[in-house]
Amino acid sequence: MSDPPIAIEVSRLVKTYGGVTAVGDISFSVARGEIIGFLGPNGAGKSTTMRILTGYLPATSGSVRICGVPVATQAEEVKRFIGYMPENNPLPEEMRVSEYMYFRGRLKEVPRRKLGSRIDEVLEVCDLKRVRHKIIGQLSKGYRQRVGIAEAILAEPPVIIMDEPTIGLDPHQILIVRDLIASLRGRMTVIISSHILPEIEVTCDRVLIINQGRVVAQGTPADLRREIFGHSSYELQLAGDGETLATLLATVDPTLQITAQGEPDADGFRQVTLRTDRDDELGELLLRALLAMNMRVRALSRAQPTLEDVFLAATRRSWDAVAPPKPAARPESRGQKTEK
Amino acid sequence: MKHYFTLLSHELRMLLVSSSTYIAATAFLAFMGFIFTDILNQYSKAPQETSPAHVFFELFWLPVFFMVPLLTMKCLAEERRLGTLETLLTTPVTTTEVVLGKYSASYLLYLTLWGSTGGFFYILKRFSGDMRFLDPGPLVGGYLFIAISGLLFIAVGVFASSLSRNQAVAGILCFSMLFALIIGARFLGDAGFLGRDGLQTVKDAVDYAQVLSHRNDFARGVVDARQLLFYVSGTVLALIFSILGVEAKLLHN
Repeated sequence: MSDPPIAIEVSRLVKTYGGVTAVGDISFSVARGEIIGFLGPNGAGKSTTMRILTGYLPATSGSVRICGVPVATQAEEVKRFIGYMPENNPLPEEMRVSEYMYFRGRLKEVPRRKLGSRIDEVLEVCDLKRVRHKIIGQLSKGYRQRVGIAEAILAEPPVIIMDEPTIGLDPHQILIVRDLIASLRGRMTVIISSHILPEIEVTCDRVLIINQGRVVAQGTPADLRREIFGHSSYELQLAGDGETLATLLATVDPTLQITAQGEPDADGFRQVTLRTDRDDELGELLLRALLAMNMRVRALSRAQPTLEDVFLAATRRSWDAVAPPKPAARPESRGQKTEK
Repeated sequence: MKHYFTLLSHELRMLLVSSSTYIAATAFLAFMGFIFTDILNQYSKAPQETSPAHVFFELFWLPVFFMVPLLTMKCLAEERRLGTLETLLTTPVTTTEVVLGKYSASYLLYLTLWGSTGGFFYILKRFSGDMRFLDPGPLVGGYLFIAISGLLFIAVGVFASSLSRNQAVAGILCFSMLFALIIGARFLGDAGFLGRDGLQTVKDAVDYAQVLSHRNDFARGVVDARQLLFYVSGTVLALIFSILGVEAKLLHN
């Protein structure tokens, strides 16, 4: 089978429930082997979109293709390409871990001869070997979550869809799950949704932020930062005259401005926040200029807006756009340039 | 139907490891044991015209009313409530396979429970040493009726379970439907207003659907193809509705 380079192709997807629009005209595509993060506030349509991708829910309109196969008409075929872990990770309470794996493996049409070794493999990868004979209902949350992930990758599907895989885990377990997902990079296409933004930032190649059923931003975390904020900030701790500083800044870069200034502490140092429209690194230039003017500098750093800031800005922006009675044009085209 | 046997063996295993199966089985056997003891008591007091098996199977509807809802209410409702139906239906299995797997497992359990009442007759034969008590006609007819009518009863239970995510609601719904089917049809058959000319076809239909009189026919050794057709077509219909029920809930949940 010659694999098309696009693993998931969603075009103009719409889903309405009894008059309420859960997903309104979403389009995106995911390349093979890419890990993509799905962000959005509660009720943004993340889970609904994921369910449509798996063929579990039918879409109202629009088209979804998984590995080139349309979900709407060939749902059975598409289900063979997908490993899916739903929200809250429902598992049968009475089964043992190994029994569950065997059952799921049979349902997913893993050949009986390969199944035993494949189960050993995923249990090893997910660090579940110690609990393989335990009853799922007695496992702790972290183990249950990993059982869900092990089950999703069991049949080695080309596409893996996980709805909030790290929800309710402690930081140590999150690290394990993150490594696990990262280990799939290149081999499998992964879509994960999460509220834990640093999580997404570390693991995902690309982020898709949706709000109120629309894609409000998409691209790599770095692209999104640049796109949403359009400026960079620097934080300094320095001691020296304020007016000299202002003139000095103008010589370094005309757009450089002081946005916040703290009170001097006992040693005369104060916190200063600068803002510039320039995208390239100004740190060294700034430091050299400051030292040349005999100003004492204790710290200088470039403030990186976290994905959290991006997320908040992007979702707020879309609320602003949707809030008026006449909804504004879709902000979707904005992300197009970053699409791979 | 590739996954039917995987699902069936999974369902059977789940029934075997679940404590509720054993509680239901114990309750059922205790209840049937009481009925059987009572029948034998009456036989010991005065000679009766019919064999014990005849009287025993005459009361089949009593355990059906509580056993069938208990056995079936869980099957789809619980899966939907827990969300495991979602994980199940995102694998390459069809809704039909899922419903049939659950139906078959419940039906096999139902048959096993009824089959275990055969022990009563064995004990009777062993200790009375009198073959008159074991009239093979009503006995075989009775079990055959249980097996065939069970097809429909269990299907009704599965259908009820497909309609709700609450087990209790599914159980009560199943009970109501079975009550309407078994007792309601009888009342309707006796109702005077159906005797009018214009309603003759309705009366024929109601007479055709009398589960209680079907049992009498089976006990007398009359196995009517029309009655078989009634149960088989009813079963198929109930299962189709169950499949539609599951799929409709997916569309509108």
